[in-house]
Amino acid sequence: MSYINAFLVGGIICAIGQVLIDKTKLTPARILVVFVVAGVLLTAFGVYQKLVDFAGAGATVPLTGFGYTLAKGAFREVEQTGLMGALTGGFKAAAAGLGAAIFFGYIMSVVSKPKAKR
Amino acid sequence: MAERHIGKQTVIFKNPPSIKATASIVGPKEGKGALRQSFDYIIPDELWGEDSWEKAESKLVRETLSKVLQKGSLSNDQIEYVLGGDLLNQCIAANYGLRETDIPFFGLYGACSTMAESMSLGSMLIDGGYADNVVCMTSSHFCSAERQFRYPLELGSQRAPTSQWTVTGSGAALLTSDQTGPYIRYVTTGKINDMGISDVNNMGAAMAPAAADTILTHFADTGLTPDYYDLIVTGDLGKVGKKICLDLLNMNGIDLENRFNDCGVMIFNTKDQDTHSGGSGCGCSATVFAGHLYKEMMKGNLKRVLFVATGALMSPISTQQKESIPGIAHAVSIHRSLD
Repeated sequence: MSYINAFLVGGIICAIGQVLIDKTKLTPARILVVFVVAGVLLTAFGVYQKLVDFAGAGATVPLTGFGYTLAKGAFREVEQTGLMGALTGGFKAAAAGLGAAIFFGYIMSVVSKPKAKR
Repeated sequence: MAERHIGKQTVIFKNPPSIKATASIVGPKEGKGALRQSFDYIIPDELWGEDSWEKAESKLVRETLSKVLQKGSLSNDQIEYVLGGDLLNQCIAANYGLRETDIPFFGLYGACSTMAESMSLGSMLIDGGYADNVVCMTSSHFCSAERQFRYPLELGSQRAPTSQWTVTGSGAALLTSDQTGPYIRYVTTGKINDMGISDVNNMGAAMAPAAADTILTHFADTGLTPDYYDLIVTGDLGKVGKKICLDLLNMNGIDLENRFNDCGVMIFNTKDQDTHSGGSGCGCSATVFAGHLYKEMMKGNLKRVLFVATGALMSPISTQQKESIPGIAHAVSIHRSLD
């Protein structure tokens, strides 16, 4: 059941992105930012946590999940260290993901060659 | 008094220059398109043995130049000028591609209208007696153009439905003072035309008013009527822009329906190849002209062609600053014979 939930929720989030590309003039970069900010806001209002409980990776893997990580990290850090945590928590929580993206991105750029779209 | 200038924007040549030879080299996608039979060479992959897209584009320029000289049986030192350009910053595809040629060079930027711009100026040089042999050429490359104007391919971003596919290819025309034909009879130079379109994924709509304006001006200046031409062909309006251009001409009382086409629509198989609105880029009109249209004229299937290359004159900076897209279109009137 959890696979189906993940499939549905992840699919719907991505379908929203497709509709934004096809039906609006938003550039891909803006859509990415909209998704991250939406993830932060939905987490702040407690909605996204419910989505994560329901769909697991279906909610955490799409880009809105990155916003969820940032917001959740900020909340946790504020509880532990006070108000400064609002500034540091998001970075701490996202550090592993960002570090991995940079590290593996670099490795891939060294070992692979760009190819044209077909 | 400029005796060869007629009407508002048109030049009529006293000694019409001939297009002695053309050459075209295209990428693999174009080599699977509707006009694949008409190109001189189809490169096996987009890098063509180079280590960057930009170097590959310069190689397209270099090889297309040597191909057109070979077909016209001329050597580098018999060419007085090369006129050309491309879409990259500072026209580096042409600058680097022509670096070792030892031929005097005028670099041009007219975005995708550059092929008609170079042929216009090349014809004036020859008719004015300043040169006997001039090569006019342009290039574009899908991968280098995506990096220049949109996103690097490595980002893997999605394309919008109205967006066009930049053609990978280079086309060249060798203009001479010999009386061999096909001849360039008239040139109508376009004005910058900006109707306020600011969507870079919809350049066809931005360029269509410029194309319609240049076509209307051509007929007004020369007194010719549309049925004079077998084909009026725009550069790279794509499906969306082609329809807008036809509508604009219709509103002005000119019906071109069956003698009008667009290089961007012609070059790909619109059904099987996922290019959205069609082809674009300076290489689009250049390779369709140098490949398909020139060959059809030599076979006698087309006797008179009005070649209207269209350009969108924005830059990535102007796009980021939310400027609208100025369009331009230059028309070159080509005749199989001078009767």
